[in-house]
Order: sequence, then structure tokens, then C-alpha cells
Amino acid sequence: MAAHRCNIFMLVFVLCGLTYVFVRADIEDTNHVKDAESVAVDIARKANIGASLRSTKTEDQTQAAEKERQWEAETNPADAPSDNKADHVHDTMQNLDSRPAPYAKDQTQEAAEEERQWEATEVKEADHVPDTMQTPDVPPPTPAKDQFQEELVIRPLHSGDIYASFQFRTMWDTDFLRGSKVSHYRLFPKSLGQVISKFSVRELHISFTQGYWRTMQWGQPFLPSPPGAELWVWFQDTVTDVDGAWKELTNVLSGIFCASLNFIDSTNTVQPSASFKPLGLGNVTDQRFLRYAVLPREIVCTENLTPWKKLLPCGSKAGLAVLMKSEKLFHSSFHSQALHFRPVCQDWKCKSTVWELRQTLNVVFDLHTSGQGKREWSLFKMFSRTLTEACPLASSSKVYVDVTDNPQGELFELSPTTPLLSQAVVLGDRRTYSVYDLTNQATFGQTRSLNMLLRWRAAESGDMLRPLLHGERYVAGYGLQTGEIHTLMYNNHPYRAFPVLLLDTVPWYLRLYIHTLTVTSKGRDNKPSYIHYQPSKDRLRPHLLEMLVQLPPNSVTEVTMQFERALLKWTEYTPDPNHGFYVGSSVISALVPSVVAMDTNSTRECPLFSSFFPCKEESSYFMRVYTEPLLVNLPTPDFSMPYNVICLTCTVVAVGYGSLYNLLTRTFQVEEPSPGLAKRLANIIRRLRGVPLL
Amino acid sequence: MAAPLTLLLIVAVTIRAVLFRSSLAELIPERVEVVSPLNAWKRVVEGLALLDLGVSPYAGDVFHETPLIIYFFHFVIDYAEIVFMMADALTAVALYLAVKDYNKTVFRKQKYALEAERYPLDCLELIRTPKEMYYIPLKVAMFYLLNPFTILSCVAKSTCGLNNAVIALFILCTVKGSSLMSAIFLALATYQSIYPLTLFAPALLYLLQRLYIPVNWQRSSFWLFTTQYTFMYLGSLCVMVCLSFFLLSSWDFLSSVYGFILSVPDLTPNIGLFWYFFAEMFEHFRLFFICVFQINVFFYTIPLSIKLKEHPIFLIFMQIAIISIFKSYPTVGDIALYMAFLPAWNHLYRFLRNIFLVSVVLLACSALFPVLWHLWIYAGSANSNFYYAITLLFNVAQILLVSDYFYAYLRREHHLTHGLYLKRKDGSEATLVLK
Repeated sequence: MAAHRCNIFMLVFVLCGLTYVFVRADIEDTNHVKDAESVAVDIARKANIGASLRSTKTEDQTQAAEKERQWEAETNPADAPSDNKADHVHDTMQNLDSRPAPYAKDQTQEAAEEERQWEATEVKEADHVPDTMQTPDVPPPTPAKDQFQEELVIRPLHSGDIYASFQFRTMWDTDFLRGSKVSHYRLFPKSLGQVISKFSVRELHISFTQGYWRTMQWGQPFLPSPPGAELWVWFQDTVTDVDGAWKELTNVLSGIFCASLNFIDSTNTVQPSASFKPLGLGNVTDQRFLRYAVLPREIVCTENLTPWKKLLPCGSKAGLAVLMKSEKLFHSSFHSQALHFRPVCQDWKCKSTVWELRQTLNVVFDLHTSGQGKREWSLFKMFSRTLTEACPLASSSKVYVDVTDNPQGELFELSPTTPLLSQAVVLGDRRTYSVYDLTNQATFGQTRSLNMLLRWRAAESGDMLRPLLHGERYVAGYGLQTGEIHTLMYNNHPYRAFPVLLLDTVPWYLRLYIHTLTVTSKGRDNKPSYIHYQPSKDRLRPHLLEMLVQLPPNSVTEVTMQFERALLKWTEYTPDPNHGFYVGSSVISALVPSVVAMDTNSTRECPLFSSFFPCKEESSYFMRVYTEPLLVNLPTPDFSMPYNVICLTCTVVAVGYGSLYNLLTRTFQVEEPSPGLAKRLANIIRRLRGVPLL
Repeated sequence: MAAPLTLLLIVAVTIRAVLFRSSLAELIPERVEVVSPLNAWKRVVEGLALLDLGVSPYAGDVFHETPLIIYFFHFVIDYAEIVFMMADALTAVALYLAVKDYNKTVFRKQKYALEAERYPLDCLELIRTPKEMYYIPLKVAMFYLLNPFTILSCVAKSTCGLNNAVIALFILCTVKGSSLMSAIFLALATYQSIYPLTLFAPALLYLLQRLYIPVNWQRSSFWLFTTQYTFMYLGSLCVMVCLSFFLLSSWDFLSSVYGFILSVPDLTPNIGLFWYFFAEMFEHFRLFFICVFQINVFFYTIPLSIKLKEHPIFLIFMQIAIISIFKSYPTVGDIALYMAFLPAWNHLYRFLRNIFLVSVVLLACSALFPVLWHLWIYAGSANSNFYYAITLLFNVAQILLVSDYFYAYLRREHHLTHGLYLKRKDGSEATLVLK
């Protein structure tokens, strides 16, 4: 790969503007070679050939390229597969260690020696970036103040479903706080930039999710999000009227994303004290500047996707975003789109900060509805599109396929194959990915389109590592008077206990009784070490409960709390009151011990000398788990009879008033019988005649 | 007389103690007829829990008791059952003593009137005899202690029982003529739930009557005593409010207790008229109707005081009844208090017009409350209108009961001045009508 880069790099410099076609032809030819090689590798693997695997050397048209495959996996049939994997990973690491100097030389001089090599993890990648800036459309590595990266991660799930996660990152070195002075926008979306500078936003996280992430089936998502819409914002500490800014901001965002964020008001906004710390730089952690709100009822659909896509520099015209066809994306079991804006370090020394805008889209395609029950996935089958080019504005554009469980290709077959592998510690687990670099034209092959195909060999996929932390929630009790919220937190770690922060936001119309709070694990009372409880105010603010609970190893911790259902005013009910009212997900935030650190007796990941103490590297990682939202029924009045009720109640009050008024104002008198009508008429006539009355 | 009263107290306490130990002790505190958001024991416990967490109990909208109550229970939380049983016993004893004293006064007045030959001759059968008056105080205590409403209220540990005790002590002090204690207990009752404010007028009238000061605007002695009593009342009220402020060092309790009572934000169903009316009210008219309904409670004080200025104890009964019908969060405990007075008016029995109908309706409604609640909330086979209909009927029955007693009282007074067997001009038997 490095050789390729060198090729093109030299060409660009030497030929200085030679036509794009030439370069392309060159890449395509290389690609031929690569395909042939991958087939060879596959055959070799199937035959289970031990010892070192050397691929054929092939001659490039322009330069003599020695393609060497240093896949020195000592695949011994007698050993357990895990050991195999450990060994070759181990070996590869040694390879990398042993040849740093030639590697550097490669970049400048040496002829392309292509090998299946490990790409560095993200930290190193950042250093790599200037080297990879070689797309002809982008000017050579000038000190650009903004840059754009895109990537797609595809993870085949054990359930047979497939998880695709898009991430688009725009970095911009600018100062939004200067107000209106920021007027020149290149990659950063202007509509958002203006909002950020107007409301002095320091960090903004917004997500729209349709469906619930099934942790026990699918494992952990890269970016968790609760069903519905979630918005949390850290304001700059210069903001004086935070509530006012929040109110306006939600309305503006509501317009930008065509979502019902304008329904965020004081009744569903909270200021968590510990659960939502800033994810970016900055040490202001005063919760006065934080606002958090969830709209669990929000339905996410095309009208939210379109404005979200418009924020991308390439829109949906080029790059990975062409895959986002809404008729496919929304025909899925889970769909989540998010936007995260935060300040991050510019380089590892962190001398200056840049603003990072990360747009993510996660989607899980169902085996049965999208995949017709066949364990065979391709980009086309998932998105009804294939990839043809990277976004010309992107400095890097990659597709990753998770092949961790498939090191030998025994589970599924991935085609076209790619020589590039990458390893990253994701959510405490070391994962291996096949990488397709879209900025490299060779990736697209002769058909000029990339349509990855994952075909399962085995009908059943192996066991999934159980997620270490998992949460569930439900409402217990019957009737419409009271109820009980049960939150279950599972610690699946075999021997380590760890603390978790539980955040519960419950609307005011479910009146929580904090004295009924019980936390039990393993049948015993588990007293939370920290409780932050803010009781609700009717029609003003929700309940907020934050607790720090220690989860014992291999246990279920149950948090229960009783509540009372309020009868609301008839105008406060939703148009479908008997559907029920949604209560947003609980948020469980935790530093979970890493899986990497979990097995200390295996030499899988680390050499022996490094594995005596639990791995220092990523010994625990931050994780956030959202539970299910709740749907709670409330007692309802009869909506059809406000007039009747007003009339009837007023009648009763009038009966009271009338009878008392009668007794108070009148006196008892002897009833004299009134004369009959005939007699009265006769008396009138008599009076007229002047005759004495009867 | 002490022995039957002791026996009664023992029986009442035993019943309550048994119920506290039974499975009903969990069921009853959930009943909306027995507890309201204002006096539910669950909410008292919640307030204490909030206080333990370091959160002001008034920060949320669950706790609506006064600061004195929370501090009281802070110390006696472990003996809550005993406290509530004692409060009931105290109420009964106070009512017993008050009615006994009042009967003495009534009898003495009747004797003077008879001696002065102020009664018409045919009214002799209206004259009350010591024999029939002898058991009245005991009956009053029994009506309070053995009333199922009181028992339910006590088992639910509704703080309504404490308010009743305060009001009973106020009545006792008033009847005994202790103006200072009367003012203090009245202030305490007002502090607990605004509405007893209307009892100021009957108390003043009774104390004036006891001191033989006529209600006469020109008399300086009238003004002197009125000012004195008002100052005692307002002073003790002020002390209590300030004490509450110093206990929690915030004024939050004012809006959380009195604002809550007056503006009726919690529409949890109860036996009163407010909840469904304001759940169904048009937003535009809400404030107007809240004002109308709240004024309604205080409205009758002045006309009733004028009409009944010679009979302040009956006025107290009327006021308590009106409060318990028209207050914003009524419970059965409030009804129990005014029902305890009914034996004191059993000489009015012959003038009651529809006591049978009213008592049947009250009994039927009491039985139907839980049934229709179950149908609405648990079975889902009825809707809110069913329960609402029963509350309406229950309130109509209460209104008829009270107005019937009022009518009977006025009629008896009329007969005592004009004779029992009235004749028309033509000598035939006459009927009395209100004109």
C-alpha cells in the first residue's frame, strides 16, 4: 500500500500535473495483480498450508514491484484457532516492530513492495493524513484549516443481521466565538456554524434513532443512542441566560433537522450532574451550562435524513453518502443518525484546539426483511447502490469490514479482498478490520465500482462475546393508579465489579416516590454511594435521578421505584391518550473493564513479558448503555364531555348555594291558601265594579 | 360517664390496632377516598426521605404538609400508628367534653327561658329533657370513633386526623371560654389548611355570648374583645408561619402548601367536586372558576353568622360541613368530623325532611366508590364518568343533609317563638313555608 502511495506521489511530483487517466490506468493494472494474489491466498488458506505464505511476485508496468506477503501465520492444525490468531497477530506485531526504518524509506524511495500490512490505529492515522492527501482534486498538503474524512464500518452481526456505521468528520480550525466574523465556510456546514456561533455552543450532541439497539444480540454499537431524539448541549461559560439560549437553540435545530425538537421545554430538560460530561476539550464541568433532553416519541424518517445529508460537504452526490437512500435505510431494524460537535486537540501536543463535527449514521439491516433470510450481504443489497468514488473533498475515505471473528475466512467470504488490515481497540475489544481505501482508485477495480460481498460459509456463526454491561427496564404493576419502574443492570464480567452511573429522567406526571427506591444485587441491598435526586414540579420540570451504583461481578442489579400516575387536564393529553405516554431511556454510563484486559492467562494479544499485570492499555473503557423507553398508560378523563361536566358540577354547587340561600334569606310563614283563578278574576271584576270583594 | 367513654376508647383503639396489623393496612392508604395529595402518609414519608437526601421537601410537587408536621413526624415517625390513634382519641374526648359543656349551657338557657315563660305553651314537647341529653356527649364520641370513615382515615394514617384533633381542641377551648387557647388552636388549624379560617366568626360569637357582650357595633366592649381575639389569632398564626420559616429557612412552603390548596394543580380523583371539573375545564376559564369555587367555601360565613348569631355552635357545625363539602381536596376524614356532631342535633329529628333518602344515598355512594374506582382504573370496563357521577351524588347527598339540618334548626327556633301547632286565619291547621 505504501508502495502505491509512493508511486502516485512520485508521479504527481515528477510529472507535475500529468493527466489523471494515466494514473488511473496504473492503479487498475496494479489491481489485477492484487486480485490474483488474493485468490492465491484464499487457496493457500483453505489448504491449511503451514509455514510462511509467500505470494507470487509480479511485475508492475511502470516499476518492478515486489509483492511480498508476510503473513507468517504458523497455522498448526493441532492448535486451537485462538492460538493461531494470537500467534500471527503476535508475529505481525514483531514484523512491524522490526522494520520501522525501512518503512520510512519505503515512502520515499523503495520500489513498491506490497504486503498485507497492518494499518495503524486512529492515533497514528492522524499523523498519516498529510501523506494520504493525494486525491488529484485536493490541492497538495497546504496547511488547510479544515479537512473532511469519511468512513463506513460494516460489521456482520452474529444474529445474521448486518450493521453499517457511517462516520463523517469535519475538522475546522476556527474561532466560532468571534461571532459574525466567521463568514467563510468551506467544508463546515454554514447553517450549523451560524447556530453554534450565535448560541455560543461548546458541545452539541444530537441523535435521531428509530428502533432499539438490541445489545444482547448485536453487541455494543459504536455510538449508542436512545430511541427517539436526544439532544445535549454544553454552552460556553460566557452564556448568561442558558435557559433562553437552550429554548431558542432547540427551536432552531428543530428547523434545521425538520424534527419536533421544539417540543423540548422545561418539562423534559434536565441538567445531569455527572452522567454527561463534555466529550471534547475544556474543563468547565459546571452543570449549569449543560442541558439534556430526550424525546422518546420522536419518529425518525426521510425528512430528518435529507437535512442531515445536506450538512455533508459532498451532500449525497459523491463519496459514501451516495449509499444513503432513504427507502433502504428506513427499511431496517435500527436506524440512528447523529451529529456531534465538540472541540478537540489539533495534534498530540494539544497546543491548539480545532472544532470537530462528526456526523454518524448507524443502521442495522435485518436478516429476514432486508436479506430475504440469506446470509449474504453486499453493498448493493443493503443500500441498492455501490460505491464508485470517494468524496473529492475528503482527505480520507475508507470502508472497514469487521473480520475479527473471521481471520481465516472460515465464517464468511469477503470479496473483493483487500490487502489492508487495520486493528483497533473498540469498546475494550481488539478488532480487526479489512480496509478499503476509496481514495485509491485501485479499490474500485475494473468495474469502477465497489460492491463488497459477504457470503457466509457456515449457517451458524460462532458465539458472541456477551456485552459486559447491559441494561433493561420495564414497568411493573397493574391498573392505572400506581406502578413500579424496574431497571435491571447486568454486569457480565466474571470477576470484576465496576461502578455505573444511572441517570433516570421521568416526566412529572409519573410521581416518583424516592423513599420506595430499592437497589438490590444478588438478593442483597446495594446502597448507592451517590444519589442526586431532583423531584419534579408539576408542569414545570421532570424528575431527575442520578445514582452511582457498584455492580458486583457476574450479577444483576435491580433498581425499583414506585410511582403514581397523575390525572392530567384534558388538554394536556396527546391526541392518542390511550396509546400511553413515553418515558425516555435510562442512561447507564460506566467505565467498563476491557475485554482485552480480561484474559490475563492468554498470550493472545500481548507478548508474555507484557501480560503479567492486567494490560495497562485500555484497561477500562467508557461505555454508555441506553435502556428501553417505557410506555406508560395514564388514567384519562372523558374527552367528549367538558360541557357536561361543567354543567353538572356547577349544578351541584348551585344546589348547595340555592338551598343555603333559601334558608338564609327567607323566613318561615304560615301558608295561606291562594284563591283560585276564577275567584281572582271575579275579584278583579268586582273591584272594577266597586262591589265588595269575595 | 367516664367508664363508658373509657370502654369506647378501648374498643376504638383495639379496632384500629387490629386493622393496622391486618392486610388492609396496605390497601387503605392507596384509596383516593381516604387520602388526598394533601394528607397522604406516603407523601409525608416522601418529604422525610427528601429531607434525608438533603433536598428541600418543597422542591418537588409531592409533599404538601406544613413544616411543623414534617418536624413533628421527624421525631415520632416510628410511633406514627400510636400518634394517629391518639389523635383520634383526643378528638373524641375533646368533642365529648365540648358537647357536654355546650349541653349544660343549652339546658341552662332553656331553663331561664322557661322560667321567664318565653316559650309558647304548645312547645313543651320541643323542650329538651336532661334524660335525653345525658347520652349525647357519649354518642358524639362514639359517632366519631366508630365511624368507618374515621377508622379508614386513621388506618391510612391520613394527617386529616391530626387536623380534626386540632379543630376539636379549638372547639373545646372555645366552649370552655378560653379565648387565648381557642385563638391558638384556630390559628393552628388555619395554618394546617387555610379553610378553618371561617371558624373565626362562630368562635368570636360564642366567646362574646359567653362574656355577655352583645354584638353591637356601638359598644366599645364588643370592639375591645373582637380586637383582642383577632390579635391573639393573627399573632399566633404569625408565630407559626415564622417558626416554619426558621425551621427550613425558606418561604417555599407557602406556595407549596397554600398555593397548592388554592390553585388545585393536582387533579388526582377524590370525593370532592374539584378534580374532574378542573380536568375538563377550558384553559381560558380556569382561573375564573378556581376563584368561584374557592370563594364558595368562604362565601357563606357572613350570612350564616348573621342568621345564626345566637347559635354559634351550630354555626361551627355548618361551617365545618361546608368546608368538607366544598374544599379542594376533601377526604372521608373531613366528613367524619362534622358527622360526629349529628347526635348533638338529634332533637331536630322530627323536623328533618329527607333524612332517610340522604342516608341511603350516602351509604350507597360509599359502597359504590370502590366499585366504580375498580371498574375505571383496574378493570377498564368503565371510564372516569362513572366515578365522577358517584362523587356528584355523594356531594348532593351531603348538601341535602346539611341544608336539611339547617332547615330543621331554623324551624325549631321558629316554633319555639311562634308555637308548635300553628293555625291559619280560618282556624284550620297551617303549614309552614319559607317566604
